[in-house]
Amino acid sequence: MFDISPTEWTAIQLSLRVATVATLVATPLGIAVAWLLARRDFWGKAALDALIYLPLVLPPVVTGYLLLLTFGRRGLVGAWLADHLGIVFAFRWTGAALACGVMSFPLLVRPIRLSIEAVDRRLEQAAETLGATPLRVFLTITLPLALPGVLAGMVLGFAKAIGEFGATITFVSNIPGETQTISSAIYSLIQTPHGDTAALRLVVVSVLIALAALVVSEMLARRATQRLHGN
Amino acid sequence: MLRVDIVKQLGEFSLQASFTSEGRVTGLFGASGAGKTSLINMIAGLLRPDRGIIAIDGETMDDTAAHLHVPAHRRRIGYVFQDARLFPHLDVRQNLDYGRRMNRLADDPAQRKRVVDLLDIGGLLDRRPGQLSGGERQRVAFGRALLSKPRLLLLDEPLGSLDEGRKVEILPYLIRLRDEARIPMVYVSHDVAELRQLATQIVMLRHGRIAAFGGVKVLPGTAP
Repeated sequence: MFDISPTEWTAIQLSLRVATVATLVATPLGIAVAWLLARRDFWGKAALDALIYLPLVLPPVVTGYLLLLTFGRRGLVGAWLADHLGIVFAFRWTGAALACGVMSFPLLVRPIRLSIEAVDRRLEQAAETLGATPLRVFLTITLPLALPGVLAGMVLGFAKAIGEFGATITFVSNIPGETQTISSAIYSLIQTPHGDTAALRLVVVSVLIALAALVVSEMLARRATQRLHGN
Repeated sequence: MLRVDIVKQLGEFSLQASFTSEGRVTGLFGASGAGKTSLINMIAGLLRPDRGIIAIDGETMDDTAAHLHVPAHRRRIGYVFQDARLFPHLDVRQNLDYGRRMNRLADDPAQRKRVVDLLDIGGLLDRRPGQLSGGERQRVAFGRALLSKPRLLLLDEPLGSLDEGRKVEILPYLIRLRDEARIPMVYVSHDVAELRQLATQIVMLRHGRIAAFGGVKVLPGTAP
């Protein structure tokens, strides 16, 4: 039962890689967007807000298909990226990371935005009078104070990314070794005769990964909160 | 020298003030809602006047006619708020050091020691703001503002959130600050006694207008 086959290992490693890359790339972007939404008023703010939350309410298949149309080999953005930068998303693990990043983005942004909104603006003003430029106010005051929210967003985003299925399989298909994540491997296995045991093994693995993510996030959040408020 | 000549509309409230103060401590006196904090926020650069000029020592900070507005972080003005506003994630030492770091000033241990001794906060350096009493917090806030080496110090009711006992504890530090630190100050208060002890010049605000300007004798009453 606990003899994990090479194909399953590949799927596990790929899932971890895809979710990690998706989270790490999405986090700086998520922080920037969260800050914009929390602290700035600009034309089109409502539209940006809606756009970010769209993947949460759209059927994942629709998001995946839209990604295929945009970032596919012949897509508007995809063709340009492939021709000019040599970056290809279609049917590659990078495409899986992109799909996971887009799908998990709203979950990543929300806690960060809430925690930035909760930072006392009067502290930012105090920093300003002490000579801090807007960027340094953000880096030395806002971001450290919002850190628990950033960590929460990252864990939530990671959890969503590692479990993403619909958009990923639509965009980059289900290619063992390239785009077959744990979720799509389980999906394939339960459709294969005698695949149940292998599927069950992967189910156990995903439960373990999810639990580990929760434990780590809890630990990080506790440490961050301690650091913020003294012992 | 501080020159202020501004107009600002804040919702229903209109603020209009014009004065030039040479005093070492300019007392900004008035009831709450008279526009004291708005005025001092404009001097700090946190609020922009609708029209007018603000200049410190001949250097223009705001001149709406010339579309000039020096942002707060480039004014070199120390600001002590009523509620201290220490950074909760930094200890006292890091709070004190913050202005020096942000202004990229060279480390000056002698100056730091002078300020720490003056305010008697040497024993608090390793603590977090959350572990300080209200009076201690306010003293650290004075130190933090002083150590950014400002050319003007703004104090917005720095004793306002403290009870009587704490006020008596802090006031001597403020008098020493005035006499030893040699930085011009604007001191906002609605407390006649405080201003009588500290200020050398008074700007009296009422309903967004300057009602009186002059020495401490323009303060109402003689009660303590």
